[in-house]
Amino acid sequence: MFTSVDDVSARLAGTGYLASPSVATTVFLADRLGKPLLVEGPAGVGKTELAKAVAEVAGARLVRLQCYEGVDESRALYEWNHAKQLLRISAGRDETWDEARTDVFSEEFLLPRPLLTAIRGDEPTVLLIDETDKADVEVEGLLLEVLSDFQVTVPELGTITATRRPFVVLTSNASRELSEALRRRCLFLHIGFPEEELERRIVRLKVPGIDAALAESVVRVVGALRAMDLRKVPSVAETIDWARTLLALGADALDEGLVRDTLGVILKHQDDVLKAAAKLDLDAV
Amino acid sequence: MTGTTEVAARLTGLVAALRAHGLRIGTGETVDAAEAAAALGFTDRALLREGLAATLLHSADQRRVFDTVFDLYFPYGVGAPEAGAPGPATADRDHLRDRLAAALADNDEALTARLAIEAVDGLGGYGSSPGADGWSAYQTLERLRPQTLLARVRDDVRRRGGAAGFTDRLLEDEVRRRIEVFRRLVVVEARRRVAERRGRDEIARRAVAPTADRVDFLYAGRDRLAELRRTVHPLARRLATRLAARRRRASRGAIDLRRTLRGSLSTGGVPMRPVLRRRRPARPELVLLCDVSGSVSGFSDFTMLLVQALHDQFSKVRVFAFVNRVDEITGLLRHGAADPEGLGARIRAEATLTGWHGSSDYGTALGEFAERYEAAVGPRTTVFVLGDARTNMGDPNLAAVRRIVARARRVHWLNPEPRPQWGTGDSAAPDYAELVAMHECRNAHQLGALISRILPV
Repeated sequence: MFTSVDDVSARLAGTGYLASPSVATTVFLADRLGKPLLVEGPAGVGKTELAKAVAEVAGARLVRLQCYEGVDESRALYEWNHAKQLLRISAGRDETWDEARTDVFSEEFLLPRPLLTAIRGDEPTVLLIDETDKADVEVEGLLLEVLSDFQVTVPELGTITATRRPFVVLTSNASRELSEALRRRCLFLHIGFPEEELERRIVRLKVPGIDAALAESVVRVVGALRAMDLRKVPSVAETIDWARTLLALGADALDEGLVRDTLGVILKHQDDVLKAAAKLDLDAV
Repeated sequence: MTGTTEVAARLTGLVAALRAHGLRIGTGETVDAAEAAAALGFTDRALLREGLAATLLHSADQRRVFDTVFDLYFPYGVGAPEAGAPGPATADRDHLRDRLAAALADNDEALTARLAIEAVDGLGGYGSSPGADGWSAYQTLERLRPQTLLARVRDDVRRRGGAAGFTDRLLEDEVRRRIEVFRRLVVVEARRRVAERRGRDEIARRAVAPTADRVDFLYAGRDRLAELRRTVHPLARRLATRLAARRRRASRGAIDLRRTLRGSLSTGGVPMRPVLRRRRPARPELVLLCDVSGSVSGFSDFTMLLVQALHDQFSKVRVFAFVNRVDEITGLLRHGAADPEGLGARIRAEATLTGWHGSSDYGTALGEFAERYEAAVGPRTTVFVLGDARTNMGDPNLAAVRRIVARARRVHWLNPEPRPQWGTGDSAAPDYAELVAMHECRNAHQLGALISRILPV
């Protein structure tokens, strides 16, 4: 898919995703080694966006499996369409049992769920397994087969092997420790907060029309906030929100009053707001 | 670069060093790493670093260990920097400071990195006889004193109008962070030079700091403790999910014999349908009794914060602190109000923990607790005692412990000392261990494992 790491950065940038060197390198390797990519990091640094950007670059379809507590095989892999099977059986009354059986368990009655969909297609595919940590441990076992051999076994049909390996991205917020076995099968990528220079470019890309000097001060204030010991430090998403807010307010430079009034956009807890205000020498909020 | 065998040896050496630091890396990952290295080539060291990290690591907290070890096994170069002949040391030093100040003011990272290398080369060497010589980051920083450049760099940036308006107030902290980066670079460089002299395997084993959750509480420095505090909330979240899973599992399985037999009457005494025991969804109560005297305060503070972060898992959490007197400090830990940094200082300022003398006295403190706060402990309460059980030769007051044990549902004692040291010197650990379950709890890793196992559900 990609020829070099620089190629990854350049093409991702073309879709509006500015990748740090570590992101670009790991994406390149995931493609080269054909291994799934496990992405961890705080909320709002663009883990899901990465998968979408890769799909766009590769001209691939994006298949997404959103994990949640209680997601199971029939939601993730495949399911038989029972209602349709019943209809089929009652429609063909005079058939022998063998005829009905072979017919009822055929592809027509199979409802593919994301994992099977991603494996079966011939076109290039990016499979996004979002918030893997929310799923139960049993689902991880299911993922192991899919991710190591890229195949799915349906007892009635046989084993379906991918003709074309999908590019797999798993994201996790680390609310649960993923099993060692799953981690071993993946390349690991931790997306942290971007460096100042990169974040400035992100802000200017995502908030067109913002003044360069204002973008710089925004990023510097956010950087200072991240260095504080806050309950929820602002992420890239918050930086962009803040820049948008400031732009909407028609501000062209930061001042005390403005920061004080808009601090709520970047900080989500009242004690964080108070603490930040004290550290930034704002007047009482 | 060099031959394949050399590269393979380098890579396996790196993996062995990482394993020695508790990272679990299989052969499969090593092979992946080699493939990654082949795909990326050896021309760009930063790329190689990211590539190896992606293939070898499994979590973000291993990155710090990895970076240090990587710098040893894949150094940017060999030997001294190719600068001109070094001048006399003092002139060198002032010149270096000037250039460093300029680099910091420009925020020129490449130049800062180069200056760190030159600084170690020019100022860090000591000893001249082989075997006793080396390179010292400490000596370099002592001679260079980069922290004293703060005001100069700040004024320099201001003069150039680099930070006008609101962001001016951030400048000082930013410069401080840049200086901190420089200090770290010096440490890395000194380690590289030493490794060349002493053999990298040995340095990789000894001079690399372990991951934060494996640092001993008792020996953790101030910045490691700060780093640990930042892991409290993620750890609490993980523990909460684990506890919830245990709770789910615990609520099924056990057969209620009485109700099964009662139900079997309708089928002529044959128990056709087993009735499972119903769980009362009562959340357990928790009492924490923490030694906050100097020697173990790092451990106590961390555990208190952790339990507080887990507070919604319990119906009631009460926290008591003692040195040689007991006082309740639940209020100081209330959610949101707790400022983790100043916690220890605030506890010592606002609670009455010492009388007559300042060293810890378990006997008196436990006795006072049993006396004054007996009502806090009931049949639903699990008591955690945190401390090293070093009584300073005082009476351990086992009677008080027996009283607490008799009233509480369970009593656990978490001891931050390694097990072999229990009972040495003034430690009364074995005496207490006969009465309550005592667990060794030296680092955050152990604490997490322990809590997910012994916390009541």
